[in-house]
Amino acid sequence: MAEYCAVIGVGQTHHKSKRDDVSIAGLVREAAKMALADADLTWTDIDAVVIGKAPDMFEGNMMPELYLAPALGAVGKPMFRVHTAGSVGGSTSLVAAHLISSGIHKRVLTVAYEKQSDSDAMWALSVPQPFAAPLLAGAGGYFAPHIRAYMRRSGAPEYIGRMVAVKDRINALRNPYAHLHLPDIDMKMVEDSMMLWDPLRYLEACPSSDGAAAMVLAAEDSLSGSYPPAWIHGMAMRSEPTMFAGRDQVNPQAGRDCSADVYAQAGITNPRAEIDVAEVYVPFSWYEPMWLENLGFCDLGDGWKLTEAGATAFEGDIPWNTSGGVLSSNPIGASGMLRFLEVAMQVRGQAGEHQIDGARRALGQAYGGGSQFFSMWVLGSDKP
Amino acid sequence: MSAAAATAKRAVRRPVSIASFAQSENVRQDDQHNEVEMLMPVVAEVFANIGITKNDIDFICSGSSDYLIGGPFSFVTALDAVGVWPPMPESHTEMDGAWALYEAWALLQEGEIDAALVYSFGRSSPGNLNEILALQLDPYYLAPLWPDPVSLAALQARALIDAGKGSEEDFAAIASRSRKDALSNPNAQVAHDIPVETLLRDEYVVSPLRRHALPPITDGAAAMVLAAGDKAREWSDKPVWISGFDHRIETHSLGARDLTSSPSTAKAADVAGVADGPIDVAELHAPFAHQEMILKEALGLDDGVTINPSGGALAANPIMSAGLIRIGEAAARIASGQAARAVAHATSGPCLQQNLVCVLEGE
Amino acid sequence: MSARTTTEELGPVTTLATPIRLDFEFTPGVAQSRFLRGLEKGKFVGQRCPTCGKVYVPSRGSCPTDGVPTTEDVDLGNVGTVTTYCVVNVPFAGQSIEIPYICAQVLLDGANISFMGLIQEIPTDEIRMGMRVEAVWVEPEELTPSLASVRYFRPSGEPDADYETYKDYL
Repeated sequence: MAEYCAVIGVGQTHHKSKRDDVSIAGLVREAAKMALADADLTWTDIDAVVIGKAPDMFEGNMMPELYLAPALGAVGKPMFRVHTAGSVGGSTSLVAAHLISSGIHKRVLTVAYEKQSDSDAMWALSVPQPFAAPLLAGAGGYFAPHIRAYMRRSGAPEYIGRMVAVKDRINALRNPYAHLHLPDIDMKMVEDSMMLWDPLRYLEACPSSDGAAAMVLAAEDSLSGSYPPAWIHGMAMRSEPTMFAGRDQVNPQAGRDCSADVYAQAGITNPRAEIDVAEVYVPFSWYEPMWLENLGFCDLGDGWKLTEAGATAFEGDIPWNTSGGVLSSNPIGASGMLRFLEVAMQVRGQAGEHQIDGARRALGQAYGGGSQFFSMWVLGSDKP
Repeated sequence: MSAAAATAKRAVRRPVSIASFAQSENVRQDDQHNEVEMLMPVVAEVFANIGITKNDIDFICSGSSDYLIGGPFSFVTALDAVGVWPPMPESHTEMDGAWALYEAWALLQEGEIDAALVYSFGRSSPGNLNEILALQLDPYYLAPLWPDPVSLAALQARALIDAGKGSEEDFAAIASRSRKDALSNPNAQVAHDIPVETLLRDEYVVSPLRRHALPPITDGAAAMVLAAGDKAREWSDKPVWISGFDHRIETHSLGARDLTSSPSTAKAADVAGVADGPIDVAELHAPFAHQEMILKEALGLDDGVTINPSGGALAANPIMSAGLIRIGEAAARIASGQAARAVAHATSGPCLQQNLVCVLEGE
Repeated sequence: MSARTTTEELGPVTTLATPIRLDFEFTPGVAQSRFLRGLEKGKFVGQRCPTCGKVYVPSRGSCPTDGVPTTEDVDLGNVGTVTTYCVVNVPFAGQSIEIPYICAQVLLDGANISFMGLIQEIPTDEIRMGMRVEAVWVEPEELTPSLASVRYFRPSGEPDADYETYKDYL
């Protein structure tokens, strides 16, 4: 039978467009040391390190875990590298959690990062491949057509995307670690920003960030730290092929299956009523209403209505991305882990200004590839 | 080692068996098939061996490297070789498939699921390995110098000679034996029977490493099915059990390491319990001949142990699959009754920086 | 006459440039070769899955849902439907097309999967979902086994496809 597992320490860097004050090792250590301090532990207390990041080409280091082993105190220990595209920060957290729940280790440090300024992620995402037309213009070019399909399918008014862009940036003002702090953000500012991938404007897209996230996970008999543990109530991954005949790219089955699995483990039957706060991977504004439907927070076609009604705002009944989300900080490899980490902060009551009062159960979600890889966890302040 | 890890070593583990293994023919350059086409027959075979389908699988994990293929997300389309529909729990590590196997094994320990598919594809032919592998090094101090992996291995071989722990004759003997053994491996890429004296007339590639002490450049793929609980017995009359499994990493800087020893292998071997019983066969991922000597010492293997009956990485070295293949080859020796207890090893990084040890037992 | 000479005065080194150039040879494989040979003849060749019967273009060799080889070639027409699209207006390193341009998912008649195509000969604000488009090929003597053989797609002049006919391909 699986062991209980909890988050007992969290750490993240100040995310910025260029962290030229630190090396890659310095960046990951900044987050890792903070997580260790939060857990009241030192490097020697850690049994294993699990690290994740997006494609190696983003920085130009092949298998960077080799170079980072000493910086993360991993020498003499197991060190494991995860790569599942954009969902990697989430799946890295889950691989680390499984090393605890399987009974193999007692305390695992997990870290995810991206130092986008070290290379050119747009280039790396658009590396010309000889058998494909040279059309792809980064992730936005890939996802914009699916957003258009959602708009057509749901009949959502075109201003919904701008509402999400404004809401998440206002939330980011409460988060000192967020990359974008735009105190003057409003609908007009988003509308006036450059159209990049029609229908997506500049301010409806995530920034390019340098940053890292880290967590310490522990077994029930190895808890420490001054904040209460955030217990894992459910965790799941799902994948489906990138392209296949009849694939629903707006509302992928893998996402629906993954959330059904994680809710079943957590005993959740009505996510909107039973989840206090959620951090969901929304790199482009429209993915909030799309994922509201995919995650079962409402009926199909109604996601945009929740956004419009303010249900996902900080004061709403289902606050989404109170940290500012991916729209405010996007160190790609770490973006998924930041979702997982932020919900740990919420149920531990350590989220500061963006804390939702009384948050006891929270959902973290990450997705990657062509909306085909999903990883999720549900955390609670009560032991399951 | 922390107290926690020490207790973990002796903890009772859920028995997990290697129910099936398959690999492609290993070749210098497979210019006929893309990654999906390389993998598809291997995945089909690993299922057909035990009469199952993808629907019997609870979890999938793969290992591969984008830099070898020359494009980001190379693992994404590789998944099309399996057909993950309806959606399946699935994960990927940018490491050798042996580590993907470790992730799947860890998940099976929880007792929630019973079967996993692990696969890896290693296509080394599209680019220049000497340049690509230089990018594994410290990006500030080492990678800008573009040291190639053969030169780094030669530094290690030189250190071994200087320490009196090995000689060029020893390296040639390992190469000669490995490629002779590879004659009985239908998937081997380099197999021949050449005596040591002849090999020693080879040119140096990077002194003290002569041509024969280097691995070939290989394209290849491999797949494995893991089973636990009732499925382990259902799918095999004589299951091959994983009785110990661990991996460890060393520091990166070559100057801070004793290159003539492998403490990470020794520690992994200790946790995996290699010394808890006699070892009949060892399949070691030693891409360079001299590395077999370092690993043999670290694993505490005596001269009675048969090492690399498949020919090892000197016979075929599909990077990212070669480690998983070692485990598959060791399991095959137990399944065939040639061995009762075996150890398999996989490595990653320059000069054996990271090492994985898997102990296998029959019944 | 440089005043700043000590390490303290010069401050930290914040950037270290290491140019990386790597060359790769790609292997299209059996199924993509059929597609590429088709392009060389000025036509789209798809492949049918023997299990589900769906037609993939280009096929990468397997049916992504069944995991079995696609083997039967299917000649497809030159005309298809824009299922969805975006207008790219962002410059990036290595870009070869002048912005803004229309990047569309084109579902060829007879295929069960759309692929990404460039739409030209129409103002970017006139593109719409459901538009019928046709491929414009390079001159016959310029045809090669590559997607460069397809210059772009353009409106075919037919009435737009009904949403119901392509909504399952979004």
